[in-house]
Amino acid sequence: MTRARPDRAGSTDAAAGRPGAPRSEVREAVDRAYREEWTRVVATLIRATRDWDLAEDAAADAFERAAVRWASEGVPDNPGAWLTTVARNRALDVLRRRGVESDKVREWMVMDEMQGPVAPTDPGEIAAMGDEIDDRLRLVFTCAHPALPLEARVALTLRTVGGLETPEIARAFLVPEATMAQRLVRAKRKIRNAGIPYRVPEGDELRRRLDGVLAVLMLVHNEGYLASSGDRLLRLDLQEEAIRLAGLVVELMPDEPEAAGLLALLLLQHARSAARVDDAGDLVPLDEQDRSRWDAAEVARGLDVLDRPGRTDAPAGSYRLQAEIQGVHARAARPEDTDWAAIVHRYDDLLALTPSPVIRLNRAVAVGLAGHPQAALDELDALAASGALGSYHLLPAAQADLLRRVGRADAAAERYRRAIELAPTEPERRFLARRLAEVERPAGAGPEAPPEAGPEAPPEAAPEAG
Amino acid sequence: MQYFMFVATDTQPDRSGDEGIPIEQWVAENDERGTRIAGDRLRSIEDATLVRVRDGETIVTDGPFTESKEWIAGYDILDCRDLDEAIEIASRHPMARGGRIELRPFWTGDGE
Repeated sequence: MTRARPDRAGSTDAAAGRPGAPRSEVREAVDRAYREEWTRVVATLIRATRDWDLAEDAAADAFERAAVRWASEGVPDNPGAWLTTVARNRALDVLRRRGVESDKVREWMVMDEMQGPVAPTDPGEIAAMGDEIDDRLRLVFTCAHPALPLEARVALTLRTVGGLETPEIARAFLVPEATMAQRLVRAKRKIRNAGIPYRVPEGDELRRRLDGVLAVLMLVHNEGYLASSGDRLLRLDLQEEAIRLAGLVVELMPDEPEAAGLLALLLLQHARSAARVDDAGDLVPLDEQDRSRWDAAEVARGLDVLDRPGRTDAPAGSYRLQAEIQGVHARAARPEDTDWAAIVHRYDDLLALTPSPVIRLNRAVAVGLAGHPQAALDELDALAASGALGSYHLLPAAQADLLRRVGRADAAAERYRRAIELAPTEPERRFLARRLAEVERPAGAGPEAPPEAGPEAPPEAAPEAG
Repeated sequence: MQYFMFVATDTQPDRSGDEGIPIEQWVAENDERGTRIAGDRLRSIEDATLVRVRDGETIVTDGPFTESKEWIAGYDILDCRDLDEAIEIASRHPMARGGRIELRPFWTGDGE
């Protein structure tokens, strides 16, 4: 369902240009290995060397060599083991050149003699491979350590866990490359200097820190979902990256319902990408979307994650509830089939968990669509009077939409104008301006607008993301 | 890893009523665990002295100190496995609730 990742260092292009190289197959194998093995290779090397830069450099080097060697020698049966061995040897060379004579180097040299770049066969080695799963999880938790600045956690997670290049991350976050590089350097320096451990937290701490990991992934997704400013509305790379990383966390921690909840939420949101923006780059609200353009495979995967029997010893968490709301939308064949009462119910549970004004806003919209527009308007008035949402454009937008439904066109127009003033992106302003033009049109001049859900709000960010 | 732990006051202390453990217990626990090398309370800024050398001359004054509503009330030197252990220890200190704690790694140590 996700596109193939572009090759990273351009090295596969170089390899593919060689005479006789089976270009597409090798390139595909390297790309796939990059997607599937990068995290494991880097995570293993970081544990062994405690040197993040060395680990990244050696891993990148291994993938470059793979592009060349696999073209001439064929793709190995176990690309992951091949890459880990080549990267480890590269790291060893560098350490030897630096004159490092640590126990770790000696240990590796012994391992070198014992095992080649082949799949392990003896039970002890397979057990050791199993242990590498912990390395990837160690990496995920270390990158999201709360002692690092939030933006550094996001950058480091994308770079080291996700394998994205620094310039790619910089472009995605609209910051200069030097700024992003500096952010990564500082984060790695702090990990080393402050003694941030390379470990999966235990006990009560685990749940708390997992929330932090998921918050980082949610931020990556939100950044891709809606640019905070500017014209480009959708940046698919980051959303796909968030899904891939959430999938990894679920794979590593299958019993954590909130991790599964986040993955389901991201999948169900992303499945609608193609329908969310029209050819002119304008926003299409949920109820006007062509549902045949939703990615059916991704919807199915999201619902599958949602329906997977999980631990039921705790009430549903925030991600789970948000995913269930998206699940209600995904299961409705037509907008009018949407079970809005079920959605209101989920928002009640969300509010009980987090009394946030954005959730109150979304709940009020659902109440309106569940057939109680006046109750919804009263709630939004109360919310506006509380001042809790300040200059959040979706509040007047939601008021405008409800006012339009109950036939108060003038009041709706005033609220649309306010929403346009506050909207942070050009596509959103255009969408609201279109709506404004509709309510300003003399009655009977056009076809009646179908009932709509209003512009989709980005999912509620996790507490730490705020 | 050794950490210098600044124990400081804070204008917004915890008001949940959760008092945690008394300082004596915290000290005893960490002395026994070997995670506390030294530590003490510090007298207030009124009793502090400022020393500077400028153009070869030693200038001694009773201020000015940084205007701050938060001041350092004490310190401990911790010896921990890593930052997570230091955080766990700091979070049990009563001033993590009544004030705030800053963990600073020593310059020389595992880092560079």
